[in-house]
Amino acid sequence: MYPDDASAEPTGPYPADAPATSHVAQAVADVVHREWSRLMATLVSDLGDLDLAEDVAQEALEVALQRWNDDGIPDRPGAWITTVARRRAIDRLRRDENRRKKAELAARLEERAGEVAEPDETVLRDEQLRLVFACCHPTLRVEAQMALTLRCIAGLTTREIASAFLVPEATMAQRLVRAKKKISTAGIPFVIPPDLELLNRLRVVHHVLYLIFNEGYARAEGDQLMSHDLCDEAIRLGRITAELMADDAETLGLLALMLLLHARRDTRTDEHGDIVLLNEQDRSRWDQALIAEGEALLEQAVRLAQPGPYQIQAAINALHAEAETAADTDWVQIEHLYGTLVMHGRTPVVGLNHGVAIAMAYGPEKGLTHLDRLTEPLDDYGYYHAARADLHRRLGDDEAAGAAYRRAIELTANAAELRFLRRRLDEL
Amino acid sequence: MKYAALIYSDEHDEAVNPDPTSEAFGAIMAGYIKFGEDNANSIEGGEALEPTATATSVQVRDGETITTDGPFAETKEHLGGFYIIEAADLDAAVAIAAQIPHSQTGTIEIRPVINFD
Repeated sequence: MYPDDASAEPTGPYPADAPATSHVAQAVADVVHREWSRLMATLVSDLGDLDLAEDVAQEALEVALQRWNDDGIPDRPGAWITTVARRRAIDRLRRDENRRKKAELAARLEERAGEVAEPDETVLRDEQLRLVFACCHPTLRVEAQMALTLRCIAGLTTREIASAFLVPEATMAQRLVRAKKKISTAGIPFVIPPDLELLNRLRVVHHVLYLIFNEGYARAEGDQLMSHDLCDEAIRLGRITAELMADDAETLGLLALMLLLHARRDTRTDEHGDIVLLNEQDRSRWDQALIAEGEALLEQAVRLAQPGPYQIQAAINALHAEAETAADTDWVQIEHLYGTLVMHGRTPVVGLNHGVAIAMAYGPEKGLTHLDRLTEPLDDYGYYHAARADLHRRLGDDEAAGAAYRRAIELTANAAELRFLRRRLDEL
Repeated sequence: MKYAALIYSDEHDEAVNPDPTSEAFGAIMAGYIKFGEDNANSIEGGEALEPTATATSVQVRDGETITTDGPFAETKEHLGGFYIIEAADLDAAVAIAAQIPHSQTGTIEIRPVINFD
C-alpha cells in the first residue's frame, strides 16, 4: 500500500530518501496501518490540535525509520512512536513560548511524556471516537470528511488520497488544510456527541465510510471499474469503527455490507476489465472468508434488535452470497427486504433496486410498471435506463431496449460500463 | 469561543418578514424575546437591521468616497440582524443558532470572531 518509490512525498509516512532497510520500513508501515488512528487520537487528545498532532506523528515516523535501523525495532513500536511524537510536540511548543498557554501545555505534556505509554483501552477508545466524530463533523463538507477520515484515521498520505479520488495532489492538500483550519478556527470540538445526537452523528460517520467504499467500488469517471485501495480502506475504517461501537447494530451492519460486497470484487470484471453482472459471476470465486465474516457480523447486528438500512442491505447481499447459482437466488425474500428498505428512506435509487428485485421475483412486466413511476427523479441516472433496457430486452421489445441503452450510454462516464452497455446494445 | 450569528432571510417575503404592524410580526418578536431570555448567558450583543432598501454602500477609490443606494450584492437572502454569542465550541454555537426564530425560514451563518490577543 505504501510504495517505497524514491519520489514519495515528504509529508507521507514514508520519507523520500529513507535509508531504512526494508524490514524497518515494513515495521513503520505496520504501525501506520494498525495504529495510526490510535496514535493520532492520543496526540490530538494531548495537544488539542489536529495539525500539530499530524506533524509530530509524521516526524516520529521519520525518526523511527532512522533509529530502528541502528538500534533495532522496539518491543512496542506504537508506544515508542507515541513517546517520540510527544517529545517532538514539547520541543515545538517550547520554541513557540511567546504564547503562555502553549508553555503550560508543554509542561503538562512533559508529565505525560515521562509516562511509559501504557494505553488504557477505554481512554483510547474514547479518544479515537472523538477523532472520528471530528473528522466526520456535519459542519464539514463531505469531500473534506472523507479526506480527513482517510488521513487521520486510516493513515493514508495526501498523495494516496489524491490519487484515489483522481484529483491533483495539490488540490487534496488544500482540501485537507482547509478542513483542518475549519476544525481549529471554527471550534469543532473533539467530543463524543451526547446521547441525544449520537445516532444522527453516527449516521454521518457511516455515510462517510460508505461513500469512501462506493468511490472505490464503482468510480464514475475512472477507466477502471474499481480501485481496491479505497474499498480496503473503507473496510479497515469500518473495522475500527465496529470495534469502537460494537453495540451499535448499524455500525456492524455497514461493515457486514461492505464485506459481503467486497467478497465479489474479483468476479465483477473479466480479464479485459469488462463488467460481469451478478447472475453471470463465477460464484466459486467469491471470497468465502469475507462472506462468513460479513454474515457473522450481520447476525451479531440483528441480535442487537436495532434494524436499519445497512443491515437490510447486508441481508440482501447475504442472500446473494447464499445462492449457489444465480437461479437459486431467493428473489421473493430480496424483494421483501427492498420493500422494508424503502420504508427506511424512500430514495429513488432504492426504488430502482426494488424495481429490479420485483422484476426478478415476479417478472419483467411488473418490474417495468414499478420503474415507470421513477422516471421523473431518475431520468438523468444511467443505471435507471440500463435497468429498463434490460427488462425491455427480456420482454423481447428490442426497440424500447435499444432506446433505453442509448440513453444510458449518454449518461455514463465509466469506460467499463460504457463497453458493457455498447455490447448489450449490439447484441439486440 | 466567540461567534457572530448572522441572520439571513428573504426580507421581501411577507411570511418570513411580516409588516411590523401585523400580528405575525408580533409572533416573531415574541420568538426573539424568548430566544434572548433562554440564552441570556451566551448572548454578548446583537442588533436587528432595517431592510436593505435603507442601505448605503460606501467605497473609497482614489481618495474619492463613492456611495451607492442599496446593499453591495444582490442576493435572495439579506442580512437582517446579528448576535454575538459566547459558546464552548461549534456544536454549542449551532445549538444556539438553531433557536433563532429565522433559522426556521432563513439561514443563520455562524462565524468565529477573530481574537487579536
